Amino acid sequence: MITAGIDCGAKSTKAVILKDGKIIGKGRVLTGFDQDKAVKDSLEEACKAAGITEKDIEKIGGTGSGKNSIKGAVIVNDIKAMARAARFFFTGARTAVDVGAEEARAAKLDEKGNAVDFAINEKCAAGAGSFIEAMSRALETPLEEMGPLALTSDSEIPMNAQCAIFAESEVVGLIHARTAKKDISRAIHDSIASRIVSMIRRIGVNEEVVMLGGMAYNPGFVNAMKTQLNIEKVQIPDDPEFGAAVGAAVAAGE
Amino acid sequence: MAEEKKEFWRWTESNWKNPDLDWEDAKLITVGIDVGSVSSQAVIMADGELMAYGNMRTGSDSPDSAGNAFNFAMQALEGMREERIDYCIGTGYGRVNVPFADRSITEIACHARGANYIYGPQVRTVLDVGGQDIKAIQCDEKGKVTNFLMNDKCAAGTGRGMEVLADLLGVSVNEVGDRSFNVKEEPKAVSSTCVVYAKSEATGLLRKGWTIEEVLAAYCRAMAERIYSVIERVGVVPEFAVTGGMAKNRGVMDRLMPMVGLERMKTKWDTQIAGAAGAALFGHALCQKGKGRRK
Repeated sequence: MITAGIDCGAKSTKAVILKDGKIIGKGRVLTGFDQDKAVKDSLEEACKAAGITEKDIEKIGGTGSGKNSIKGAVIVNDIKAMARAARFFFTGARTAVDVGAEEARAAKLDEKGNAVDFAINEKCAAGAGSFIEAMSRALETPLEEMGPLALTSDSEIPMNAQCAIFAESEVVGLIHARTAKKDISRAIHDSIASRIVSMIRRIGVNEEVVMLGGMAYNPGFVNAMKTQLNIEKVQIPDDPEFGAAVGAAVAAGE
Repeated sequence: MAEEKKEFWRWTESNWKNPDLDWEDAKLITVGIDVGSVSSQAVIMADGELMAYGNMRTGSDSPDSAGNAFNFAMQALEGMREERIDYCIGTGYGRVNVPFADRSITEIACHARGANYIYGPQVRTVLDVGGQDIKAIQCDEKGKVTNFLMNDKCAAGTGRGMEVLADLLGVSVNEVGDRSFNVKEEPKAVSSTCVVYAKSEATGLLRKGWTIEEVLAAYCRAMAERIYSVIERVGVVPEFAVTGGMAKNRGVMDRLMPMVGLERMKTKWDTQIAGAAGAALFGHALCQKGKGRRK
């Protein structure tokens, strides 16, 4: 059976084609202004990569903040998509964490992979990927260099501001005080990780912990998460950003 | 693209001199400096009466900002020598960075004391909406703080949040209030107040066909709700007064007051100077008690 999963997120839209439990194609485009177009383009890209046409797809699962604009899709809620994805990649998953541009979610999974409890932040950028993006502008460092830069720091400095808007001024102040960029970058990553970890603690930390979402690409963030969760290893699939789309494709086929 | 560089957030800086007072006649001259996260004010008082002030944006360096605001106020008082100053108190977020201050006092105490001066002794609840925080303060007839609550964790509803929104929508911060009422029907408040998320939510609303005025209205309402949630926790005892820059924004204020269920007091003074005025008054009181000695 061929199913597709589309995750229409705040920043980018991801599509995945699943054939008999295997990923055969992926597509990713920036969501931009036109969600309908983003959905269409990402699916087209995924079909092309899989070497199929849209007609070959039996079912489509839609998730993400723009899920209601995905025509003809089975709507899969974000927590279910995350739980299915964590289980798809790692059968031992007990905690699933998904940190995207504007949302962070965590779910506690039972041994069958069903979400039994969850916590979510969709109100505040201080606990989501946008925080790093805003800080990368203040630090005048490309977003993708922020995490690796943080890893090179061996000094722990505190960030006082919680709000991303205020933190921007704080970062500017730190730059004026000639604080090393790597140390500022580390403080930024420590700060967002501490907020996400306190969210996860509300539902409990159980291994294995699986991380999904675009933020899982960021080594500075992953490292800060491991330290603050006090665990040796977090499980991350090859393309964590496609996690929710994979979960939606799995759920659509059920 | 030059248009994009326009600084929509920029509000009007000002200095002022009281035409009825002459510094040469003053027995006691005290200065209050309020270094906030976004704006800095210097108030110069002669025998406990407001003689001059300067109000300007805070730069990246607190000591410089304190000095600039002070010089701006001094400019208004042409010719007064600095040696005439008997005492100077620093307050606000950057109060420990006022190099020429004799001591510092917290902004909560100064705002209550300053509101008592600029609004009169009937004030019992002071709402201060500054650049980086929202404070709800209850005080007695002397301007002494009896209870307070502060939210400085989140930019939503603060002056800085308003500046970012003005920049985002390309509407001068001075025009936000009036334009937000230029709508056929008042929209509901936006669902997420986060200023960072406003960047995607506001563009989403514009995409749906909302006018800029409707988006402004929805954000002003969300900010008013956010501010109200702070006031509500402290409780409102009349009379009610608002200090800080947000008091000048009717887009937020006219939406907030029906929630409070009261009229807010009126004043002829600049609402942004309350903290610095309170600091100068504390200086005056200390000097009168013989406790104020210049370092």
